[in-house]
Amino acid sequence: MIDARGFSCPMPVLMVQREVKKSNPATLEVLVDNMTAVGNITRFAASQHYAVKVDEIDGEYKMTLTK
Amino acid sequence: MENEKKGFAGFVKRNWLVILTGLIVGAAAVILTALGNPKNMGFCIACFERDIAGSLKFHTAGVVQYFRPEIVGLVLGSMIISMIKKEWKPQGGSSPFTRFMLGMLVMIGALVFLGCPLRMVIRIGGGDVNALVGLLGFIVGIVIGTFPLRFGFTLNRAYKQSPLEGLFFPILLVILFVLSLIPELFAKSTEGPGSQHAPWCAALLIAIVVGALCQRSRLCMAGGVRDVVLFKDFHLIYGFLAIIVAVLIGNLITHNFKFGLADQPIAHTDGIFNFLGMVLVGWGSVLLGGCPLRQLILAGEGNSDSAITVFGFIAGAAVSHNFSLASSVKGIGAGPVLWVLISGFVILAALSVFNTKRRA
Repeated sequence: MIDARGFSCPMPVLMVQREVKKSNPATLEVLVDNMTAVGNITRFAASQHYAVKVDEIDGEYKMTLTK
Repeated sequence: MENEKKGFAGFVKRNWLVILTGLIVGAAAVILTALGNPKNMGFCIACFERDIAGSLKFHTAGVVQYFRPEIVGLVLGSMIISMIKKEWKPQGGSSPFTRFMLGMLVMIGALVFLGCPLRMVIRIGGGDVNALVGLLGFIVGIVIGTFPLRFGFTLNRAYKQSPLEGLFFPILLVILFVLSLIPELFAKSTEGPGSQHAPWCAALLIAIVVGALCQRSRLCMAGGVRDVVLFKDFHLIYGFLAIIVAVLIGNLITHNFKFGLADQPIAHTDGIFNFLGMVLVGWGSVLLGGCPLRQLILAGEGNSDSAITVFGFIAGAAVSHNFSLASSVKGIGAGPVLWVLISGFVILAALSVFNTKRRA
């Protein structure tokens, strides 16, 4: 689980990129707190052939990336 | 997911909003120029914040003093739409003083070039080749800035704040704007770029629309280039290109297009300083996480770190004019411009290194 809450653009997507490069996980959960990060991570995930599920919980977003 | 769609339909679905925003920002710049704003400066965040700094008498350069309603409108547009869309979120505490200093440096660089990244794009659309030199510098600055990002640069987390912390900046802007309508209270240029302005109500309304669109599309000049470099993601740069297209067409229609280096509106031809100024802007903007336009939009969304950054811009504008670092149509300022730029690069390098936590 990557907790990218509170980090400003483009840190959340960079944290995801780093994890994908390092271990190429089949599933990855990411916690973010703004829709800009959701959009950025969704575009990056699509470029890496991940499907993305977004659940909103109290104004924060849990993103689940799966291959 | 939506991004899986391939082909032209997929491209349109993914990018229509940022392209539409770019086209409207470009059109707004042309319209505001037709209504009275300076040429190739329909929308310039750096110039307008510099004019606000002048109107508040933080500097006394008589030709650039006017409380620009566009800045207020952009913040209000972003605030209103983010509240409607439930994205308004008071947040702050991510290295505020570092952000203030970065804001100052970005503004000093922008005023050496004579424009923020948005005006750089607008100048390109007007045929100003000096702005292409600036673009080269901007790209170099962004590429430099992506190295610390790759190695774990961070200004650390922001945290949830009280609603008042998020509202303070927009409220203050509105109060100052209302006060600016009282004759003689704030300084107001009678000649030069500061004296050229669209009617305040038109400027305010257009900026509210643009601010709302920028909030929805996340349009960002620095982000556009940065995302191409870091992720090969072209999404934001389509907005950047759309602004150029709209401004180009608008300028051709209004007979304001003039291709070349010499005698461009509110520009100088010193290529080295156009380049270096925008290196500072590009590098600083990447560390800030967004260009001056984006900082206004984030401040409207309740981000007090961005509000502080905007005050850094305003302070930077005051320093630029008080110490003759800002350029003019005659060329670069009479102050120690080169030394200040070098100092700026040293500060950015130090911030880049010492805020980077090497990760495995």
